[in-house]
Amino acid sequence: MSTASPVEVDPTTAPDEITVVEKPWATVVWDDPVNLMSYVTFVFRKYFGYDKQKAEKLMLEVHHDGKSAVSHGTREEMERDVQAMHEYGLWATMEKQ
Amino acid sequence: MSGFARHRRSGHIIATFTGFEADLLRSLASQLVELLRNESAVPRQDADSFEALMDFSGPTTEPEDPVLARLFPTAYHDDEEAAAEFRRYTESALRDDKAAGAVSVLDTLEEAGLPAELTEEALVIDVEIEQPTAETWLRTFTDLRLALATRLGIEDGDDDYWFSLPDDDPRSQAYDIYHWIGLLQETLVEALSS
Repeated sequence: MSTASPVEVDPTTAPDEITVVEKPWATVVWDDPVNLMSYVTFVFRKYFGYDKQKAEKLMLEVHHDGKSAVSHGTREEMERDVQAMHEYGLWATMEKQ
Repeated sequence: MSGFARHRRSGHIIATFTGFEADLLRSLASQLVELLRNESAVPRQDADSFEALMDFSGPTTEPEDPVLARLFPTAYHDDEEAAAEFRRYTESALRDDKAAGAVSVLDTLEEAGLPAELTEEALVIDVEIEQPTAETWLRTFTDLRLALATRLGIEDGDDDYWFSLPDDDPRSQAYDIYHWIGLLQETLVEALSS
């Protein structure tokens, strides 16, 4: 048995970093020459429930930057999202933040 | 080609195809089903190990066919083991899902009056589908376009090249079909968003 000791707190951990740890993974959608812009926007609205503005912003990121992190969460959640993107025919991968 | 529209009163998605167009869609959809169901998974390296013999679950390595590799992308770029695990748990379900989608397209076409053998030239096929079926069609159109684009080697912004090919070039005909399915898909997205 160990004796009770004060919980060690790292005073340098800023709140932002704690948030990042809770959602350590991202679903990344990559640009491809096939999928229509309207279709990609439709998928983001339909599956993630994003409003039109957010869905279009993410779609344009994919189009112009070659990729976009479209959702964040635990590894299990992101594996579900990546699988769903593959169902829709989008090219998606898992990425650790 | 007028594509898809939403029927104002029923809210259903409707489209009219010529017999030729419906027959072409059916033929593409059944080819997709064949591809999804026929290519067996790449055998494991350690095929005789006890673990391999006891493993009836999904494949762990990328399919050899480039179309299938595009339909089932590798989920982890820099973690081979995690990528294999992901594939093992998802690829079989994805294959079934995509094959079922393509089957639903050809079933709908046949229910709408497309005969097993197209003989009547002036045949017109009216399709009327509800929202969930329409979304299945949308995904099947995507799979068909991905398949055609992979076979053709389509890249960003190369439309001019494909349109400049002579009409008797089989790639030109394949590109026309790819382009046509894109137009259909565009009208279907619009109809579903309205």
